[in-house]
Amino acid sequence: MPLNLDAYLGLDPLALQLQSRRMEVLANNLANVDTPNYKAQDIDFRSVLAAAGDTGGALHLSTTSAQHIGSDPTAATSTDLKYRVPLAPSLDGNTVDAQLEQAAFADNTVRYQATLTFLSMRLRDLMTAITGS
Amino acid sequence: MSSFKIFDVAGSGLAAQSVRLNTVASNLANADSVSGDPATVYKARHPVFQAVRAALGSLAMPGSSAAVRVSGIVESNAAPTVRNDPGNPLADDQGNVYAPNVNVIEEMTDMISASRAYQDNVEVMNTAKELMLATLKLGNS
Repeated sequence: MPLNLDAYLGLDPLALQLQSRRMEVLANNLANVDTPNYKAQDIDFRSVLAAAGDTGGALHLSTTSAQHIGSDPTAATSTDLKYRVPLAPSLDGNTVDAQLEQAAFADNTVRYQATLTFLSMRLRDLMTAITGS
Repeated sequence: MSSFKIFDVAGSGLAAQSVRLNTVASNLANADSVSGDPATVYKARHPVFQAVRAALGSLAMPGSSAAVRVSGIVESNAAPTVRNDPGNPLADDQGNVYAPNVNVIEEMTDMISASRAYQDNVEVMNTAKELMLATLKLGNS
């Protein structure tokens, strides 16, 4: 039976990509903490991953040109970005709450590390199976 | 590799906050630079931040990246403080000198805010670096 490595690794690689992207979005928010009229953004992780999980059964359309619209669930688009509802918007129209962003960033970091751990454990299992020792 | 964009974003934040710290330093240093002419007296300077959207965004993920840049430095147009000081060699005919419109307390709070934001960006960079190094080691252990 040929091993499908994608299926074996499950959703973890996708989760890692999403977490990496969320880290980027949160870094944007923190970089723009003092920019007038900047609106804080975030990725709705649960819904994006759930949508990806629904199509995770390897039922991708095959594309023969880079111009084709892919059905790759990992290709998260900018529509996944949502604006944060501000608790206390400031006078200059900026909706970044630095503390909230820091907390979200810390949360995302821990999740990223957890996903990395899951992935490396799966890979170690595979190595054990291959080497048989 | 999209993670490298985090360094661009956090780096732009560092640059912007450091410009802000520079203007604060300039304003504080000149807080007492009086002049005999209200037109030539030092005016408080403040950077204007602007979000740069999609400029860094890759083709795969358009619009996902924003960074910050300093779009300009504006001089405050608040009136200078008039001080009657006939003994000052710079005083005009009426014995007035003009002090800059620098609000020292405002500058100090601005400095604290800039330094906290700078620290945030450094922390983002460090965390991103650690995570990327951990990702590189994936499957090694």
